[in-house]
Amino acid sequence: MTIDSMSPALSVKNLSVVYGGYHALDQLSVDITPGEAFGLVGESGSGKSTLLRAVAGLAPVTSGSIRLQGETLKPGRRERTYYSRVQMVFQDPFGSLHPRQTIDRQLLEPLAIHGVGDGERRILRALDEVGLGAGFRFRYPHQLSGGQRQRVAIARALILEPTILLLDEPTSALDASVQAEVLNLLEQVRRDRRLTFVMVTHDLGVVTHMCERIAVLQHGRMVELVAANDLVAGRITTEYTRQLMRASEGFVRASGLAA
Amino acid sequence: MRPLLHVDDLKVSFPTRSGLVEAVRGVSFTLGRERLGIVGESGSGKSQTGRAIMGLTPPQARISAARLEFDGIDLLSAPPKLRRSLRGGRIAMVLQDPKYSLNPVMSIGRQIVETLRTHENVSRKVARERALDMLAAVQIRDPARVFDLYPHEVSGGMGQRAMIAMMLVAGPELLIADEPTSALDVTVQLEVLSILDRLVADRGMGLVFVSHDLRLVSSFCDRVLVMYAGKVVEEIAASELGNARHPYTRGLLNCMPTLGTNRHPLPVLDRQPEWRL
Repeated sequence: MTIDSMSPALSVKNLSVVYGGYHALDQLSVDITPGEAFGLVGESGSGKSTLLRAVAGLAPVTSGSIRLQGETLKPGRRERTYYSRVQMVFQDPFGSLHPRQTIDRQLLEPLAIHGVGDGERRILRALDEVGLGAGFRFRYPHQLSGGQRQRVAIARALILEPTILLLDEPTSALDASVQAEVLNLLEQVRRDRRLTFVMVTHDLGVVTHMCERIAVLQHGRMVELVAANDLVAGRITTEYTRQLMRASEGFVRASGLAA
Repeated sequence: MRPLLHVDDLKVSFPTRSGLVEAVRGVSFTLGRERLGIVGESGSGKSQTGRAIMGLTPPQARISAARLEFDGIDLLSAPPKLRRSLRGGRIAMVLQDPKYSLNPVMSIGRQIVETLRTHENVSRKVARERALDMLAAVQIRDPARVFDLYPHEVSGGMGQRAMIAMMLVAGPELLIADEPTSALDVTVQLEVLSILDRLVADRGMGLVFVSHDLRLVSSFCDRVLVMYAGKVVEEIAASELGNARHPYTRGLLNCMPTLGTNRHPLPVLDRQPEWRL
């Protein structure tokens, strides 16, 4: 396997995902540079999660290409090594862990699939890295809080030492106080491991905090690609992005209403 | 004006195998025809407070209060029949997710008509007209079409409007909204909130708005109760939120990433054991 360090970490070209005539993703192209944190925002049905799922191999690619570190993915079954380089963290920490397996067993699963030895050390290291410690190793998901479960999901994604982490609304099911802890953890692992993040969220506060560049999606197309700084400063060009900005400012009572 | 609702030392606890779980531990407040927000994180007892007022506490729970009174009616000693007539009639509740809280095998219009005819003696024809009016009042553009649709045929925002229509059709005096917009998209959220805001103001209802989102609640309500571990730790006018005193309230406000602030890492909440006392 040749890894070209100059090419984008992930490059998606004219990617379409069509479900029975419905274009969930419509000819979308984007390049994500190595080490970058890239954000995807938009309303539900805009295709932001579909893009992540297509890259992760969970949504059928109708047309277009995905390149990972300069290597174009061949149609059909992907190589196993692909999945050790691209891992995903899902939104709902209550649905993404097996309810009847211990944390140890769930962390062992990816190692077993990829034939990685050295499980003991890797599991302990992964748990330590996400701030859980060895004491959580033989617990079940129902014994953990939402934030702790999301930490397990992050540990499971990191255990294969991927280069790209796909994050699908990783904190939207968590309380504000727990969200801050998980976001800090994600920033730290990104720094420590020089990871590339692709993050889907509907919260503009979160996305500008975490990401350098942000793509705004609507109806399966990219309507705007903007640097986080420009978004914060309001240097945006499309009405739809402006609408999202207004929505993130919270509820404003229409004037002239009798209270 | 006489307060609509008195809650004094409300306690809700659940017996479990591992002992008694105290979800609500002595909450007191009064509510007039105003908008009250109850904020807290999961497990703080905010939803159980709303449910106790509505009379939806699960049967195994133990509930007690020095006073739980709605318009002079003692809710705890009220017979079930009276509570049924209040529920949906004079006290209504909007729930979080229209996908799970609307009846999937009944058209939206029939669900609204059912609510109305349970509480008021009106003919089918009048009920249908009032349901259509109500759908129009929640800004559904084509009420006659939506009337005949089933919940799975409408979007989340539309479903939530239909639920608000259903809850308001009998003309309640008190509305409890438990995370009414958390399952919706940000852009749709604001539309639903402004509809709710207008209806509450026009009809002079009392509103209890339960949510985990402190900023949202403070932009919507007059007064906010902040709950932690089953107790109210702070009561504050929504406009005074910036001057919150309790470290929990300040911590909650502080740990949200916002546009234009650059804090790495984000401050996290340092929970003190004495907050639970």
